[in-house]
Amino acid sequence: MTPVDKAHILVNKIQDNFRHDVISTVVFRGEVTHIIEKNALKAVCNFLKDDNDLRMNCLVDVAGVDYSPSSPRFEVVYHLYSISKKHRLRLKVKVGEGEGVPSVTGIWSGADWPEREAYDMFGIVFEGHPNLKRIYMPEEWEGHPLRKDYPLRGYKDRYNPYGVEKE
Amino acid sequence: MILRKNPIEESVLFTSLENIADALRNNSIVNSIRENPVTEYVVNWGRAGAIWPMTFGLACCAIEMIAAGCSRFDTDRFGIVFRPSPRQSDVMVVAGTMTKKIAPAVKRLYDQMPEPRWVIAQGGCASAGGPYNTYSVVQGTDLVVPVDVYIPGCPPRPEALMFGFLQLMEKIRSENPAMLTQRKITYK
Amino acid sequence: MTENNDLITTKEFTLHMGPQHPSTHGVLHLVLEMQGETILKAEPDIGYLHRGTEKIAENLLYHQFVPYTDRLDYMSAMSNNLAYVMAVEKLMGLEIPERAKYIRVIAAELSRIAGHLLCIGAWALDLGAMTILLYAMREREVVLDIFEQLCGARMTLSYLRVGGVRYEFTRECKESVERLLELFPARFDEYDAILTGNRVWLDRNKGVGVLSGQEAIDLGLSGPALRASGVKWDIRKDEPYLIYDRFDFDVPIGANGDCYDRYIVRFAEIRQAMRIITQALKDMPDGPFAVDMPQIVPPPKPDVYKNMEALIHHFKYVSHGFKCPKGEVYSSIESPKGELGVYIVSDGGEKPWRLKIRAPSFMNLQTINAMSKGRYLADVIAIVSSLDPVFGECDK
Ligand code: SF4
Repeated sequence: MTPVDKAHILVNKIQDNFRHDVISTVVFRGEVTHIIEKNALKAVCNFLKDDNDLRMNCLVDVAGVDYSPSSPRFEVVYHLYSISKKHRLRLKVKVGEGEGVPSVTGIWSGADWPEREAYDMFGIVFEGHPNLKRIYMPEEWEGHPLRKDYPLRGYKDRYNPYGVEKE
Repeated sequence: MILRKNPIEESVLFTSLENIADALRNNSIVNSIRENPVTEYVVNWGRAGAIWPMTFGLACCAIEMIAAGCSRFDTDRFGIVFRPSPRQSDVMVVAGTMTKKIAPAVKRLYDQMPEPRWVIAQGGCASAGGPYNTYSVVQGTDLVVPVDVYIPGCPPRPEALMFGFLQLMEKIRSENPAMLTQRKITYK
Repeated sequence: MTENNDLITTKEFTLHMGPQHPSTHGVLHLVLEMQGETILKAEPDIGYLHRGTEKIAENLLYHQFVPYTDRLDYMSAMSNNLAYVMAVEKLMGLEIPERAKYIRVIAAELSRIAGHLLCIGAWALDLGAMTILLYAMREREVVLDIFEQLCGARMTLSYLRVGGVRYEFTRECKESVERLLELFPARFDEYDAILTGNRVWLDRNKGVGVLSGQEAIDLGLSGPALRASGVKWDIRKDEPYLIYDRFDFDVPIGANGDCYDRYIVRFAEIRQAMRIITQALKDMPDGPFAVDMPQIVPPPKPDVYKNMEALIHHFKYVSHGFKCPKGEVYSSIESPKGELGVYIVSDGGEKPWRLKIRAPSFMNLQTINAMSKGRYLADVIAIVSSLDPVFGECDK
């Protein structure tokens, strides 16, 4: 299969089956990205995993992105890979501040830690996650460091005299 | 027959550690030995010749610390033998980035080490935060534990680490070995 | 007291292993729930080395971030460099010269050898075979010497840059690599003789930490650990990047998915890496080692000291960097630990809007619970070593 055919399948298969849930589709540098509705996430993921042409059996990564001034503020990005078909796909859902996303840990159990990471770094809540707590920062940490409004040097305390003064 | 008690058993000297220490502290002979420059030299020589650092790797610099301890650089020839437990070691080599999450553990390890103890800050991160001036990194080991030798580099080469050890030996040799009594540190 | 052992009940208790423990490869903190000597649940607690690398990336120019990638997986820095620069090049749509590709392959494979050697050495040390660590470090020094010849640093190299590599791969380097290729096979046979058939080594690794292929894929395992479970997935073969499709090499896989298989796979990978280097050295063409685009590639350092234009060029490069087109890319390579991916979101400026590193150690560590459930405490040491986590990368 040529790369063009592959991209064709990746684009069309999902657009045909989820006509109302795919908000937009972008192909950039040969990578297919679908932005989908939040409520359809689980259905799309299940479809991707089980469909014979797609077989996305490997969840590569879950990442949060903060597009701060715009609204909805966050995006959760899922990178998927199919070991048997050797193709990649990117799914995105938009999330506002304080909203939740359905967790995909039930579909790929490997989503556990990356979702916890996104929660830790951005404060995105994954509904249905079995063990949603901070993973990198200590439990009592305040704030979510990778948000755009969090200072790079953090807040001043006894370990970091160069941090930003807390008001 | 009168049963004579063993005089050694009776003596207060060996009843408890405090008594021994008291007896030694107020003993003029011991004091004169302690202040004798020859004793000082011998004790310092012994301490400087058997520095046992703790294997405590935090980040990249730890790999260079391992390299220093292994085949090519071989710190054993200076009497530097890595020990896995803080209770058995004299020197803590803070090798790598210290984050806010691990800082309490480092402090605790330092507290677990017996006196006399020294700290080497290896690399930029341990010395002053290095390339990581961010929200989660402690900006220098000296904010957590007192440091004796700073080794710059990112990571310092094993030679630099060995030079740091030699500097520490230099420092130990010029110390007063009875520093603990001077600092009034007791175990009570 | 009765003689019947069944009546002796033990209470469940929690054991904390780490963060300072000689055999947790850094700062892993394992919370083990135990029943006697048996593990009921192993929960890794990570983040003790979280340095905020991704936040730093958002505040730096594209080329300034290269040194930080060295400090992710510090056991094999070249692979990290490669993953990052390839992502930036993909974002820009840049094609690099042939020679640079060959140099990159050699550099990445050398660092794979260095990484695997340290992994095996540390693993053997943890299981009580200290000699192997000393041997492995001896061989690793040979590789580090070549790196030093290439770019002047031993560990944190920053040798691969956007648009090519930083310095020429000189004839002397080539000779050193050839010497390495001659020297190593005999040395590896030595390891084989000492370790591979060793009773203690077999007893402590065979049948320990078994994970089936399906489970492993589900948990996001990648790299040698996944291949040991019998899944033949190597990004170098399946989605060839650089010029890996031109080389003839095998992808070793294991059958049982236990610690011993992971060891065998790693060892076989070192030998395959040697094969790739041999072929790359032979075919390497002449030509430039970086693209001819002044805004992306800095001038050679000696010129900066002598030549006014070069100085200005250097200043522009360092202070302004270069712009990347708007968009987002994900690019991944097969690093010694597994799939190392970099996801860049660009808003069209000189700095990435968001940079996410898909760290293989991070995903691989998730499997510890599945591997060590029902095993003895001593097996956890072998399991952790066989996953070969590096915390600079895992915690970012
Ligand atoms: S000083 Fe450099 S090499 Fe050492 S721990 Fe820090 S970043 Fe790593």
